[in-house]
Amino acid sequence: MEQPTEQLSFDFKSVQPHIVSETRDEINLELGAFAGPLDLLLFLIKQEQANIFDIPIAKITDEYLKYIRLMKTLDISLAADFLVMAATLIEIKSKMLLPREIIDATEEEIEDPRQELIDRLLEHQKFKNAAEMLYERSTVEQAVFTRGQIESDENNVETNASVFDLLTVFQKILERRKEEIKLEIEREEMSLAEMLKHLCAKIFKAKEITLLELFQEMQTRQELVLAFIAVLELVRTENIKLLQKENFGDVILSYYNST
Amino acid sequence: MEIEEKQPRNIGEIISIVEALIFVADEPLTVKTLAEVLTEDKETVEAAVVELAQEYEQRESGLQIREIAGGWQLGTRTEFHEEIRRFLKTRPSAKLSLAALETLAVIAYKQPVTVPEILEIRGVQSASAIKTLLDKRLIIAKGRKETVGRPMQYGTSKDFMIQFGLKDLSELTSIEDFEDLVQ
Repeated sequence: MEQPTEQLSFDFKSVQPHIVSETRDEINLELGAFAGPLDLLLFLIKQEQANIFDIPIAKITDEYLKYIRLMKTLDISLAADFLVMAATLIEIKSKMLLPREIIDATEEEIEDPRQELIDRLLEHQKFKNAAEMLYERSTVEQAVFTRGQIESDENNVETNASVFDLLTVFQKILERRKEEIKLEIEREEMSLAEMLKHLCAKIFKAKEITLLELFQEMQTRQELVLAFIAVLELVRTENIKLLQKENFGDVILSYYNST
Repeated sequence: MEIEEKQPRNIGEIISIVEALIFVADEPLTVKTLAEVLTEDKETVEAAVVELAQEYEQRESGLQIREIAGGWQLGTRTEFHEEIRRFLKTRPSAKLSLAALETLAVIAYKQPVTVPEILEIRGVQSASAIKTLLDKRLIIAKGRKETVGRPMQYGTSKDFMIQFGLKDLSELTSIEDFEDLVQ
């Protein structure tokens, strides 16, 4: 950590927007108080004394990447958000290098590849200012003290409890436990083998049965799925075939004697 | 006793009762509640509270009656916080982190707002900041948005208004006003 810090042209300490007494949150303290890639970008633009509406994209991108390189070694999850921004910057930079098509230069303005970024920076800046306003408000508010709670039965229930109350509560807890144990839910499930057996018996008895009839008697989704698989399996392995007597007619499962 | 109750109270009396009620209340007291307790109409009570607040102001009291989170509250005047802290032996409580404050600002202005929408504005994942704000009860879940994935929407709470000294949400500086400060 010591040696890459020196390469950087800015001082982290001066970067702290003194709003925070940071505790444990998502910002890594050593990295200064950049809450996100937009923060870092705003700082770099200020550092370069550049106009937010005319960002020297190549210069800023270089500075930004320098910072990212340091950051990557420290906190990967945080760096992910910063990397997205790095990619965006590089994309804008490359777009700026390409000759721009002048379609109708006189009438319509040429789309600046930086525009979207500028919009986001401005929007972000607004909320940063709003955050600062909230901070100031809460500071003022902390200087106002209100009366402490008055002791009343309502907000002081604990003191009224006796040993007997404790006992009753304990008994209730015990009862609840008993009830919980009683609760057993049986699984009503059919296996594929059972379903096969069931269908086989049905078809042998009836010789012919429509799929519609078959599926209608199934009660759960799982049974339906099982029945479907079982039908496929029966057609494959047993002397059972699927028939359709007319176009769009019912599909019939029928048993035939191969011999 | 019955006879006494039937006599209409004069305004001075109403002001005194209002003062007593605001004193005992744990939370900011609404005019509606005051009117119900006093069985007076809201306009009378409203006028009484305003009058009371002015009285405190005029005699440069160490206390103030102020409007907050849609109600009225009795509190100390800000000027004396140092002396009060010295007596209570307390220090200003831990502030919110920059990340949490920014997230709170986005939620306050854009509410109801979903996590992806917050991400869009802040450019960073805000999950831990949102958790902090929920833990501190500054924000509350406000149902789900009827869109893909039905994400949870968040908004600010009553505690938010109390902690930031707001009468109501419209008291927040308009977000567009911050535009002038840009640059």
